[in-house]
Amino acid sequence: MAAKKGSVPFYGTKEQEEALLKAISELRNEKGALMPILQKAQDIYGYLPMEVQKIISDETGIPMEKIYGVATFYSQFTLNPKGRYRISVCLGTACYVKGSGDIYNALMEKLGIVGGECTPDGKFSLDACRCVGACGLAPVMMINDEVYGRLTVDDLDGILAKYK
Amino acid sequence: MENVNLKINGLNVTVPAGSTILEAAHAAGIRIPTLCYLKEINEIGACRMCVVEVKGARNLAAACVYPVAEGMEVLTNTKKLIESRKRTLELLLSVHDKKCLSCVRSGQCELQELCRELGVEDEEHFAGEKPRYDPDTSAVHMVRDNNKCILCRRCSAVCEKVQSVGVIGPNNRGFATFIGSAFEMGLGDTSCVGCGQCIAACPTGALYEKDNTDDVLAAIADETKHVVVQPAPSVRAALGEEFGYPMGTDVEGKMAAALRRIGFDRVFDTDFSADLTIMEEASEFIGRVKNGGVLPMITSCSPGWIKYCEHYYPDQLAHLSSCKSPQQMFGAVAKTYYAEKMGLDPKDIVCVSVMPCTAKKFEIQREDQDAAGVPDVDISITTRELARLIRKVGINFRALPEEGFDDPLGESTGAGVIFGATGGVMEAALRTAVEKLTGETLENVEFTEVRGTDGIKEATYNVAGMDVKVAVASGLSNAKVIMDKIRAGEADYHFVEIMCCPGGCVNGGGQPQVHADVRNFEDVKALRAKALYDNDAARTLRKSHENPSIKKLYEEYLGEPGSEKAHHILHTTYVERSIN
Repeated sequence: MAAKKGSVPFYGTKEQEEALLKAISELRNEKGALMPILQKAQDIYGYLPMEVQKIISDETGIPMEKIYGVATFYSQFTLNPKGRYRISVCLGTACYVKGSGDIYNALMEKLGIVGGECTPDGKFSLDACRCVGACGLAPVMMINDEVYGRLTVDDLDGILAKYK
Repeated sequence: MENVNLKINGLNVTVPAGSTILEAAHAAGIRIPTLCYLKEINEIGACRMCVVEVKGARNLAAACVYPVAEGMEVLTNTKKLIESRKRTLELLLSVHDKKCLSCVRSGQCELQELCRELGVEDEEHFAGEKPRYDPDTSAVHMVRDNNKCILCRRCSAVCEKVQSVGVIGPNNRGFATFIGSAFEMGLGDTSCVGCGQCIAACPTGALYEKDNTDDVLAAIADETKHVVVQPAPSVRAALGEEFGYPMGTDVEGKMAAALRRIGFDRVFDTDFSADLTIMEEASEFIGRVKNGGVLPMITSCSPGWIKYCEHYYPDQLAHLSSCKSPQQMFGAVAKTYYAEKMGLDPKDIVCVSVMPCTAKKFEIQREDQDAAGVPDVDISITTRELARLIRKVGINFRALPEEGFDDPLGESTGAGVIFGATGGVMEAALRTAVEKLTGETLENVEFTEVRGTDGIKEATYNVAGMDVKVAVASGLSNAKVIMDKIRAGEADYHFVEIMCCPGGCVNGGGQPQVHADVRNFEDVKALRAKALYDNDAARTLRKSHENPSIKKLYEEYLGEPGSEKAHHILHTTYVERSIN
């Protein structure tokens, strides 16, 4: 089995690493330090790639698998960065019955990623969300703060093209 | 200690305060079924098999973690409980592949047994979505098939708590949960040491060694091959369990008879090369002491321990004895000395080992383990695989006569036999080293301070005017304690024995799996070790250097222990690895 590497190359800066090491040294001796360390790490990097989890493991002595297990258990943690353009497709009831599932699947296919991931160029990330309060416009998706309503699959190429 | 009185199924029971309901019931002769519970290792009360009714409690309680209290009234076998347990099993089966016919664990599976006991009649009671996983075959020694996994976490608890390795654990959440490694790495890419304690802990067939029994039969069927076999010391202390003998029965004679009937050309014994290991290790130790070498010297018999040291203490490799393990020494001697004696081309010898160990499958593939230019050992099977092989070829094990081993690589002393228990290598080495250093005959050969199943044992012996400080550790979490001391420069030991598995090889990851009902209440390590110590005590020859075949090997071939030739054939090197 090949390791599940992130689809986006890791570009951590020296400053980020120093901030992480500082956070670990402040928290390491507390009971149950792993959760706050992971939260801090995600604050610093925006996500928890293998490289960041490795630093945490080396510094704390907590096995990588344990860290990964916690990171994949809680929905607050993500293994993938967010793109410059964050696409959220509403899979809430109203949107879903209006076909947002098809929109979501079509986006995965067009972008070549699955939900929760980011395209290798760092441009688009895709997530499902629940109700953005625009049920009258169902099916709805958002790209950053822009709302797109009454969508069809045919609209998607035109919308994505705006962000090229 | 303070006692607590309670009633279980109407019976009055008195147990020490702090006991769990499960322990109290056991004391009263009442069995409560368990599945995820392993004493002191996995006490999470998660699987809900051990539920009981406690009077006054709102919900069913998990007996494995629920402490007893004065006046408590517990029921363990009501209709409601049996229904609840049965429902739990049906839910487990809803995502299980249920391929019992071809499952390696069939007949010894704790899940299968409970289904039978509780009368599960419809395996598809909760038919629905089934997650399917590709088995992880990336490790040299084992397979993980998550389609048979019930997520009890016994494996990951052993890996992390007992072995301080922690390369497997639960990933994701809820229905998507599965046991795996970080970032979905294959086990073979992690710093897994290969100990197989996860397999020993698994209640189902989700974890199993890679089976090489067909490779053995193919070698035996090949007329051009001379196939020799060597069973490790601890195999004889546990193999009988597979055939209904009580735990701790020494089945050495029947084992030799079975191996002969399987069709091996020669039935030799790893006890022989255990004696040989002592010759080299004692000589290396004396050399280090006299020449100011790196101390403490640490034993190198246990391949799981070696791999652990390479991954987790790569800066401490100089402490490891350069001696190959007994398995590898045996193969090396079989393909050099024995090959020459027999006029055989080493390429035509197939050396098979039977080990209590899964890490041995990794060890045979290591670099620098090829004294004759071909791998020292070709096939390594576990005790479980030997039992499988015995059944496969239709041998009635219980009806076998007691037989001995073949000469010359089948002769051994009591010192070789006790290698299989924690402290055994240390004791065997002391028997030889003390005589070598003092030049006097050692009358009392029993070094009882290093015996027993404690995780860490220390002793100091005055030998020829020098205080020799020794330590013995088994189980890698105990090894870690010793290694951290050594790394910090706080240890003043001269000689340290480390075995990867708790209790040593008798409790190895390749030994017959012990049902949790037994494992939670009996001292498996001590029972099996006793078989080896009794075997040793019954022998006339109990010091490795008194083994006539070993003496002859040095006279005819190797020269002195530690000679250049001995170094070439019997010693090896280690590599630095990273933690993954």
